[in-house]
Amino acid sequence: MKQLKLPKLLIFALIFYSAIQILYGTEILNGYILHIINQSLIYVILAVSLNLINGITGQFSLGHMGFAGVGAYVSGTISTLVFKINPSSPNGMLIFIFAIIVGGLAAAVVGFLIGFPSLRLKGDYLAIVTLGFGEIIRTVFNNIDYVGGPRGLLGIPKFSNFTTIIVAAFITLVVIRNLVESSHGRAMLAVRENELAAELVGVNTTRYKVMAFVIGAFFAGIAGGLFAHLLQMAHPTQFGFIKSVEVLIMIYAGGVGSITGSTIAAFALTFLSEGLRIGIRAIADATGLPIGGEWRMVVYSLLLIFIMLFKTEGLMGTKEAKLIRLKEVQ
Amino acid sequence: MGAIFNAQQIVNGLQVGSIYALIALGYTMVYGIVRLINFAHGDFYMLGAYAAYGAFFAFNALFVGKTGLMAFVVLIASMAAGGVIALLANRLAYKPLRYKPKLSSLITAIGVSMFLEYFLSALPAVGPSYRSFPDILPRVNINLGNAVISNYVIIDIVIAAVLMVGLTLLIKKTTLGKAMRAVSQDKDAARLMGIDIEKVIAFTFLIGGSFAGAAGLLAGMTYPRIVPYMGIQPGLKAFIAAVLGGIGNIPGAVLGAYIMGLAETFASAYNSLIGEGIAFAILIIVLLVRPRGLLGEKIADKI
Amino acid sequence: MKRLSLILVLILVAASIVTAQDIKVGGVGPVTGEAATFGVSTKNGIMLAAEEWNAKGGLFNNRKVRIIFEDDKGDPAEGATVYTKLIQQDNVVAIIGTVMSKVTLAGAPIAQAAGIPMISPTSTNERVTMVGDYIYRACFIDPFQGTVGANFAFRDLGARKAAALFDIGNDYTKGLAENFRAQFLRLGGQVVAFEGHPAGATDFKAQLTKILAGKPDVLYVSDYYNDVGLIAKQARELGFKGPMVGGDGWDSPDLVKIGGTAVENGFFTNHYAAADPRPIVQEFVKKYTAKFGAEPDALATLAYDAANIMFDAIKRAGSTKGSAIRDALKTTNLNVVSGQVTFDANRNPIKSAVIIEMKAGKQVYKTTVNP
Repeated sequence: MKQLKLPKLLIFALIFYSAIQILYGTEILNGYILHIINQSLIYVILAVSLNLINGITGQFSLGHMGFAGVGAYVSGTISTLVFKINPSSPNGMLIFIFAIIVGGLAAAVVGFLIGFPSLRLKGDYLAIVTLGFGEIIRTVFNNIDYVGGPRGLLGIPKFSNFTTIIVAAFITLVVIRNLVESSHGRAMLAVRENELAAELVGVNTTRYKVMAFVIGAFFAGIAGGLFAHLLQMAHPTQFGFIKSVEVLIMIYAGGVGSITGSTIAAFALTFLSEGLRIGIRAIADATGLPIGGEWRMVVYSLLLIFIMLFKTEGLMGTKEAKLIRLKEVQ
Repeated sequence: MGAIFNAQQIVNGLQVGSIYALIALGYTMVYGIVRLINFAHGDFYMLGAYAAYGAFFAFNALFVGKTGLMAFVVLIASMAAGGVIALLANRLAYKPLRYKPKLSSLITAIGVSMFLEYFLSALPAVGPSYRSFPDILPRVNINLGNAVISNYVIIDIVIAAVLMVGLTLLIKKTTLGKAMRAVSQDKDAARLMGIDIEKVIAFTFLIGGSFAGAAGLLAGMTYPRIVPYMGIQPGLKAFIAAVLGGIGNIPGAVLGAYIMGLAETFASAYNSLIGEGIAFAILIIVLLVRPRGLLGEKIADKI
Repeated sequence: MKRLSLILVLILVAASIVTAQDIKVGGVGPVTGEAATFGVSTKNGIMLAAEEWNAKGGLFNNRKVRIIFEDDKGDPAEGATVYTKLIQQDNVVAIIGTVMSKVTLAGAPIAQAAGIPMISPTSTNERVTMVGDYIYRACFIDPFQGTVGANFAFRDLGARKAAALFDIGNDYTKGLAENFRAQFLRLGGQVVAFEGHPAGATDFKAQLTKILAGKPDVLYVSDYYNDVGLIAKQARELGFKGPMVGGDGWDSPDLVKIGGTAVENGFFTNHYAAADPRPIVQEFVKKYTAKFGAEPDALATLAYDAANIMFDAIKRAGSTKGSAIRDALKTTNLNVVSGQVTFDANRNPIKSAVIIEMKAGKQVYKTTVNP
């Protein structure tokens, strides 16, 4: 059975990829929609990787975008300042992939450092420490003139596109899904449910907590690198506390611990926020009310409250779509 | 080093800390009882400042020359605004999720916070622009020789101290306080003992919100500039102060707030370019040494 | 339900027929988030300019301009999305925006790649117009104002010891402060303190106490008016009596409202003086105040100018083609509120600066400085 189930996600991803490419090629989808899809996919990586830390292992990180920032700055520095590549460079794509992976590894190292306090701290105390780390990372970027300081790291070549981003998102989903369904994943769930009990039955809780931070940070770093090569810049304010909260919303709105939920929420909330632009304008045009873009976030925040009131466990709860599941659950 | 560690910098740090303390008091109270990271607390603070601003211009003509009465009216306005909105937020956005995973109400708290900020900012009557806050009490600078202290700093410190003592007494000595402690420790047992949990929680939000409103008024007077987004940073700092002091511990929150204020001041004076980073590093070190906060108690893990 | 949707479709079709002749121009600014006050001023300036052009009969061939204004929240990622939307979804012919350099820098490559000309009213970072030949701006670049401020402090105020305070998270304020320091040192002065504060701070006393220990003759504060008001108050409270100098971020009626008498003996570099007798200035101040109930600040003025520069270029191009508008922008020679504007080879405006003094709660024209 297992061999048959494995490629289902791959087939789905390929169909999705081809469909979007065809729609875009025939100009049914414009560049704007494609841009939102790209952004959503990057948020999928961020949300799923944060879900590994917060949802599956039950730690509380408030500094996830700090990891993304490390990935963005390290990969951006490599591609822009060290190799000075541009999209027409002969080995550009290879260097880009190398830069993104090094960015992810650098973020993983930071994740390893931040994982340590989690050995001593729990719950909200840990949240504060991760928040503090995130802010320290931001202060550091703000003060290194080599990477632009408050001007930001500019002129990053645009290597991220639909293809590279969807490949990265697919790999993230597969790796984290496989991890969760492995014995390591069971151990992580045990840490979430009851750390002391897990310890008593022989789970090395230290190892699994640090592992969750390292792997989560690695993928966040990848997402940060992709973001930098999509926007062609990296700026310290993109990686602050408020941005981390945005990702947090996605995992809880999607359902804690559900990879499917995080994925759906990343798409739904990104599209919602953009759809409201058009929705508000349509209402303003139809009714003649003097309302503009300033009301978009008012509606967004109200919808967020309603989602949580009516789907209290998030969109998916802890369930996974059949597509994501590796094994059949009885 | 003369410009970094001197009497003036201590006064500066105490001033920053006392504003944090005022917000953290209400925060830690709600936090101790419902264990909700109430992201909207900073926005109750902001509403308090706006209500005081509105009340001042509504009643200014009525109370010309009666500074004391005016100050009392704006204080009531700010506390009522913070308290009522906190009560409403609890009723509409937090109560329905009381027995659901605690993180669901965290998201509604973020939603409430965003809503209050964006709504006021979009509302033409308020708008996103900065408004200058009127001098409700005359501003007096007192020269202490090697430091200058404003009367506002003294007012902030005194009010923070009074509120801290008052709250501690409320929780330690009154029946309501006893009920609050019971709810905080074990909701189910408290209910079995005949305590109306929802009433206690609502009351907690009312007090916590009105404290935030009063803090908004004092911050508006001390730093005379208000804007709908003014609560984000102080709300975050209050959260940090509450955790640093030990969750739900009232003197701890005040202590945490003053430590934050002093750490930020000295760090900025030492190197203003990385001051914020240093302050956070101090915070992390403190928490690593005292993982349950400064005054938090060690609670045994249950299986 | 069916009938309702039919009616809706009919309305939409009718609307699209009526507006088919309009020229769509994108506007971008942060109307929500912590920079919202700047975004709203920017939006007001653009809308006022569009209204005036439409009252005069449109840009060319009686074709009116229709502004599609989008919010960027002061966030680069949101900025990139908005630029993509305006270009790909709304098919605008040009873009006026956006406010903050970091967001403009995320949008500019998109406009450049699509061949859509854009003009930023207020992005002062030098790198903005370097993105390409479709990218223009209506404001000074960072080095200019800092240099003018230093010259003024050293020569006119006779200061020899200066200190600077700026927002570490904001490249505009940091850029001005850095250039001020460089020029002040070049003139032979001494910079006794160079301090930053975090974005969104309300208490600056830690930095000010340290600054005042060095006994500076002049304090250079490159922040926006909202912070300047508080900084001035706290500096005076700590006993600083000397002059303060700043940039065009000071230009707002709210500076005096927040800072009160503390901003007296303050000077700043600006694009124009509100008391300038030129009719275009007087008419703009009058119209803006009447329409929005507040006097214009620097952001509103620059947005109004940027919109006028863009509309003028579209009119002269007589076409909605990006390359034609770009070519017309290059030869701009227009009288706007902030002066007679032409562009240099790097698409930065060549215009003079004025120095304004704060006296008895009013802006008083002090002197004009040519670049």
